[in-house]
Amino acid sequence: MGSSGLHPAAIDWMALGPLIGVCLTGVVAMVLEMWRPRMNNNGIVGVCIVGLLVSGFLVIANWNRPGGESFGADYSEANGAVGNLGLFINDRLGQVIQLLIVGITLVTVLFSEGYLREKRLPFGEYYPLVLWSAAGGMVMATTRDLLIFFLGLETLSIALYVLAGLSSKERRSQEAALKYFLLGAFASSFLLYGIALIYGATGTTHLSGIAAIANTQPESIATFSVLYAGIGLVLVGFAFKVALVPFHMWTPDVYQGAPTSVVGFMAAGVKVAAFAAMLRFIDVIVFTSSVWITVLAALAAVTMTIGNLIALAQKDAKRILAYSSIAHAGYILVAVVAYGASKSGPYEPLGQSTVAYYLAMYGFMTLGAFAVLSLTGRDGKEGSTLEDYYGLYRSAPFPAAMFIVFMASLAGIPLTGGFLGKFLIFRDALSVDMLWLALLLGVNSVISVAYYLRIVQAVCTEEPGVVRSRFAPVNAGLFTACAVCAFLLIAGFVAADPLFDWMGLSAPGASVVAGLPGR
Amino acid sequence: MEGVPLSAYLALGAVLFAIGGLGVILKRNPIIIFMCIELMLNAANLTFLAFSRYHDAPLRGTIPMEHTYMNGQMAVVFVMAVAAAEVAVGLGIIMAIFRMRETVDIDEMSGMRG
Amino acid sequence: MNPYLPIVLLLAVAGLVCTAMVTLSWVLGPKKVTPYKQAPYECGVAPIGNARERFPVKFYLVAMMFILFDVEVVFLWSWMAVFKDWVEAGSPAAAYSFWGVMVYMALWFLGDAYVIRSGALEWEESKTLAPEKLGPVRPSDTEEIALEPDLARGA
Repeated sequence: MGSSGLHPAAIDWMALGPLIGVCLTGVVAMVLEMWRPRMNNNGIVGVCIVGLLVSGFLVIANWNRPGGESFGADYSEANGAVGNLGLFINDRLGQVIQLLIVGITLVTVLFSEGYLREKRLPFGEYYPLVLWSAAGGMVMATTRDLLIFFLGLETLSIALYVLAGLSSKERRSQEAALKYFLLGAFASSFLLYGIALIYGATGTTHLSGIAAIANTQPESIATFSVLYAGIGLVLVGFAFKVALVPFHMWTPDVYQGAPTSVVGFMAAGVKVAAFAAMLRFIDVIVFTSSVWITVLAALAAVTMTIGNLIALAQKDAKRILAYSSIAHAGYILVAVVAYGASKSGPYEPLGQSTVAYYLAMYGFMTLGAFAVLSLTGRDGKEGSTLEDYYGLYRSAPFPAAMFIVFMASLAGIPLTGGFLGKFLIFRDALSVDMLWLALLLGVNSVISVAYYLRIVQAVCTEEPGVVRSRFAPVNAGLFTACAVCAFLLIAGFVAADPLFDWMGLSAPGASVVAGLPGR
Repeated sequence: MEGVPLSAYLALGAVLFAIGGLGVILKRNPIIIFMCIELMLNAANLTFLAFSRYHDAPLRGTIPMEHTYMNGQMAVVFVMAVAAAEVAVGLGIIMAIFRMRETVDIDEMSGMRG
Repeated sequence: MNPYLPIVLLLAVAGLVCTAMVTLSWVLGPKKVTPYKQAPYECGVAPIGNARERFPVKFYLVAMMFILFDVEVVFLWSWMAVFKDWVEAGSPAAAYSFWGVMVYMALWFLGDAYVIRSGALEWEESKTLAPEKLGPVRPSDTEEIALEPDLARGA
């Protein structure tokens, strides 16, 4: 490529297709909103659904194309210090996560319109913001360049700050937006400072720089200390974003205050994107020191336990699910830790399939649960205490039934994807000799059943004198969203083998579901 | 790096970052908190620039500009854009709160407990 | 050619433009004398008095718009820094990056159009939400609660 900068041939447009599709759909949705559709947002919703379906199709079209780094300038001729760095990586993990984010966005768009109309917030701007947020998440999952990752994260977050405060007449929505914004920006600055230090130690913002420095064992102690400080700060930033325990304070308030459809997207989409990026980060940092695995394992243990214990004391359904999402971040972190440990230690390599599978199942069960919870939004008001859900099974039997499926999956009860996911994490933790972490995961799963049961109980309680019509009518969008989520959860369990084959993220030769009871 | 050594820039960046971080934790006014966050972002910017210049020094004048360690400088440009977007959104949120309750003290933001 | 000539030219053009703008608005503009307009600085804030006075929240909105559109120019600067080299080297990156920047500018104008369309620059309340989108209004919850005990007893 010589001395002429970015070469067109270095850009794999086909691989960028899904990302461009989602961004462009957002732009089209915004233009539609600019025409000020007077009656409703159905046109915008339609455009979003079509655009997301096309983007999903484009991900599938990439499935078996040759992957690798793309969108790169060739620095190697210039100084030999760094290799051919791409800003974008086209690999199976990125594709799986992209497909997942597109799916989550699609389900969110499906059930949002009814909720927003009931909540008296039918802003057309909602849809472009959700789509751009999703695009940010897709960027996070498909780059190995820390700077681009930061931009993706900010795109994801800034759109979500706005969405959290969408309900501008509601105090708690504003409060949620402010808290989310301040702590999110705080976390971003940690992340950014960490990236700056890593850049200082390695001379590149690309993750391959860390791998290179770990291989060559550099001469100076200074380089290493700067690198370690940088990695530590980036991990703190990650911990804020996925709500690991010492950094989780914002989660319950934001989940309780923000509009429910936004919370569903936030809980599912942000975790998926952030954990995918974290997986790529773990991929390289495990070779610098074994201390990271220990630290992350401790974080996972604390996160699971604290999240579950505090959830037991909550009286608000959205808060319970917020703490549940914290606990689930802990479970996923166990899988990430096991993956990292298997990579650096004397163990069989594990592959990324467990994390990807659990993220998929977690995404859809959480999203489905919030979709059902959004039914209390009616006539501009919304309650989310457990009492507010009394009698839901009577006025909305189908969503209530699906809700039980989601709760069962969150609790990890067999016949659902949540169970298989937890089982796989358990097995992964055992295979890297982390018995204590695996046992803690098991104990926590049992504790969590208690609070999931309380929500299910509330949904199934009938109290005399309480009106049925407090709930919004179930529309086709919500119906489809619930059905899709529940179907995926059950299909994820029943058809696990073909699913894992199709994802192709398992370690070579490993049989993923071998030894599973009853299979 | 003739004149001021790299370590001086890094120390200044670290001090700015620490001041910003302490401010976020100690201050009560969201606008001040937000200014502290901006301070932290700018500390990161300064670090980027210092490192960019440091890595760049042996290469200067020998090869085309885009092949030197421009990442650090580009990072600053991107961070500035991101910070501007954050300012816009943050001030918008603070404005909306101010309209609703005539105060923006963070201690008043305790409508949600649990 | 003197290397400082472009700078002198720049200064001259800048001075001309400024003079023209001030003079023309003075000559052509309507002259309505109000107490606010007579105030020094004419910026909507009383020049004397407590500095901690609250001033209209709309100023923030304008300031935010300014920052956003202002910072976007930074990217043009960094592109400009390498573009000329690429053109001289005959690199395909020149045309490529040119169209890239055009797409970027198009999105920028789209954002501008959105700002104007949503009325964010108008001094009155913005009108982002059409009331018709709210849908039909139902009888309020309280009336239904009043009915419910009978229903419960009947069942």
